Amino acid sequence: MSRKLTRRQMMAATAAGAAAATFKFPMPAIAQAAPFKLGLLTVKTGPLAQGGIQMEQGVVTFLKEKNYTFAGRKVDFISADTGGNPAGTKTKAQELIERDKVDAILGPLAAFELLAITDYVRDQKTPMLSLAGAEDMTQRRPNPYFLRPAASSSQAMHPMADFAAKELKLKRVVTISEDFAFGHEQMGGFQQTFEEAGGRIVNKIWPPLVTPDYTPFVAQIADCDGVCQGFAGSNPLRFMKTYAAAGLKYPVVSGETGGDDALLRSFGDEALGLYSCCPYTLDHNTDSNKRFVAAMVKDYGVEPGFYAAGLYVAAAVVAAGLEKSGGKTDDKEAFVKALKAVDLKDTPRGPIKFDHLGNVVGDFYIRHLEKVNGKLVNKTIKTYKNVSQFWTYDEKKFLQQPVYSRNYPPLKT
Amino acid sequence: MIARTLPIAVAVLALLTLPLWIGGTYYVNVTSQILFYAIFALGLNVLAGYGGLVSLGHAGLFGISSYVVGYMLQLGYGHTAAILMALAVGNVSMAIYALLSLRSTGIGFIMITLALGQILWGLAYRWISVTGGDNGINVPTRPAPFGLSLADSGNFYYATLVVFLLSVIAVAIFARSPLGAALMGTRDQPRRMNALGYHVLAIRFWACLFSGLLTSVSGILFVYYTQFISPQTLALTSSAEVLLMVISGGPGTLLGPIVGAGLVVVVKNVVSGFIERWNFLLGAIFVAIVILMPEGLVPGTVRLWRLATRKRAPAKAEIKTEGKP
Repeated sequence: MSRKLTRRQMMAATAAGAAAATFKFPMPAIAQAAPFKLGLLTVKTGPLAQGGIQMEQGVVTFLKEKNYTFAGRKVDFISADTGGNPAGTKTKAQELIERDKVDAILGPLAAFELLAITDYVRDQKTPMLSLAGAEDMTQRRPNPYFLRPAASSSQAMHPMADFAAKELKLKRVVTISEDFAFGHEQMGGFQQTFEEAGGRIVNKIWPPLVTPDYTPFVAQIADCDGVCQGFAGSNPLRFMKTYAAAGLKYPVVSGETGGDDALLRSFGDEALGLYSCCPYTLDHNTDSNKRFVAAMVKDYGVEPGFYAAGLYVAAAVVAAGLEKSGGKTDDKEAFVKALKAVDLKDTPRGPIKFDHLGNVVGDFYIRHLEKVNGKLVNKTIKTYKNVSQFWTYDEKKFLQQPVYSRNYPPLKT
Repeated sequence: MIARTLPIAVAVLALLTLPLWIGGTYYVNVTSQILFYAIFALGLNVLAGYGGLVSLGHAGLFGISSYVVGYMLQLGYGHTAAILMALAVGNVSMAIYALLSLRSTGIGFIMITLALGQILWGLAYRWISVTGGDNGINVPTRPAPFGLSLADSGNFYYATLVVFLLSVIAVAIFARSPLGAALMGTRDQPRRMNALGYHVLAIRFWACLFSGLLTSVSGILFVYYTQFISPQTLALTSSAEVLLMVISGGPGTLLGPIVGAGLVVVVKNVVSGFIERWNFLLGAIFVAIVILMPEGLVPGTVRLWRLATRKRAPAKAEIKTEGKP
């Protein structure tokens, strides 16, 4: 009896093994009908969580709009919390790729997270669409599986500097930003374009990422007629408060994080007059944007900012790429090629396409923070069309110069 | 005897065959993480558990070894040179740590190690020409000892397992050695030990070096695992995390830090995929441990187990646990 059972078990096991072996081969053919797996690396805990949660809201808003279907394939959405540290990001990227077998990754949020996983993701040939700055990811150290549908660190600062020099007629500017790569790259881009337009950077101030009180840094702002701030997260709020409290009245310009629309809820009158340049603007007057904003307000009760819009657009790029590849993701090279060929005419942030390095080419908006009917709004006052990560520079020459850093371009004495 | 060796044999066998039954590369990778964090926790446990010297700066030592590996590879040296250099620098740093911080104990020791850890973190953050600042250092390849490429997650797991088992054996030998006994003596009765003719400072110094060696080893495994190192690894939160592993598992026990490392890594990496508020869960678990088993998970479970078995078999009631003074 027992022997019989064992034999039967053995037969079953052999059959199962054979079946597994047989089915392993035609798997890709069946995979067409299989759901498309979309992973998101975001930060839901810790100091970066505010932006990270908006990232997820942006993706979910787009998925709902498409009824969780891209190119006829159902979309399985998997969100992972990296905790905002590089080691956690690596583990979560492994989880998405090795366990959940995702077809594309959205995120991560921060440059240091991105740098920690770029080599791994390239080896695994998984397309990744992130809004993290890290210039060299699409410049001197490109990853063929990486796309940046938001903006490189300095992409918004080049037009901002152009505007500051030509329209605001600023001559001498002090820059102040967090002492990490994203800040360095933003301010480097501003300095280069601003000084070429005849302006001059008189001082660069670098407070640490976590600074309890900006007073000692604000006290160093002097001998200038304008300030460029590149703060991220909730730091712009505290900086603008300290700046106003110190009685300083120089006009302030900033990038996409310094004047993000999502901050408007928390800003007070101290932020009035702030100029910011952003790849997304809340008042962008198109149906697609109105639909997006209405959906965000309805589901989450918040008006979207750069993070939510960036990920909404990233998800739209994935959907369009999948459409282009005919719903196929088996050939990863072909899929990433299809993603890079995406050319969307109508997204909440305006038309976008990609350059050959995978960075976005799109419109950038200069906004002025004003009070309308007792409510703070970023009013778009100028649009720079089709801005690339190289601004007006020749790509070859630009790539020959070192990446923007704390000391590049150097301060003129 | 069998009661003691059987569970160990089962555990080792389970670890050896783990890639076969755990179901997926991802879980193999998580186990690799548990193993090298366990080595880190074992290293800290030598000081915090056996020596009674709680350090809040161990992430700095952990990170410095990682950075040395990354930097040496960047300079074009081979893996062997990088690893040896990392061990050397890690131990020299530990020696400096020890010389500065062993001048005090208790809160003073905690504060000095905390400060030293923060100095290393600051260096990693601001010495950009060497560390790459916030962008960190990428380690492009993993080593291939004896022609076995560790780029494969299974091979990396086995390499980590070998180092882990060696570390556990080393700590077990240490704890039973005269030096280990003397260290526990200095923890419980430093003045009496001094009066007995023991050189308390020297004993603590050697314990520090042993702890530093294990920490360096785990730092090297960490950097080869993530293939990336940035200042966040050296931050105070990392030091606190490994201390929590030791305390939750059971300080001064061999198994405790390993269990603690498993708990923290699993909650952080696996459970966080299902529960968004995983920090809260981890906090709740720690509170529960402190209330129910203040001595740590491993000794606490042993105590509860003995309590349960004693009721059923009153004849064995006289077997008493060796209580810690």
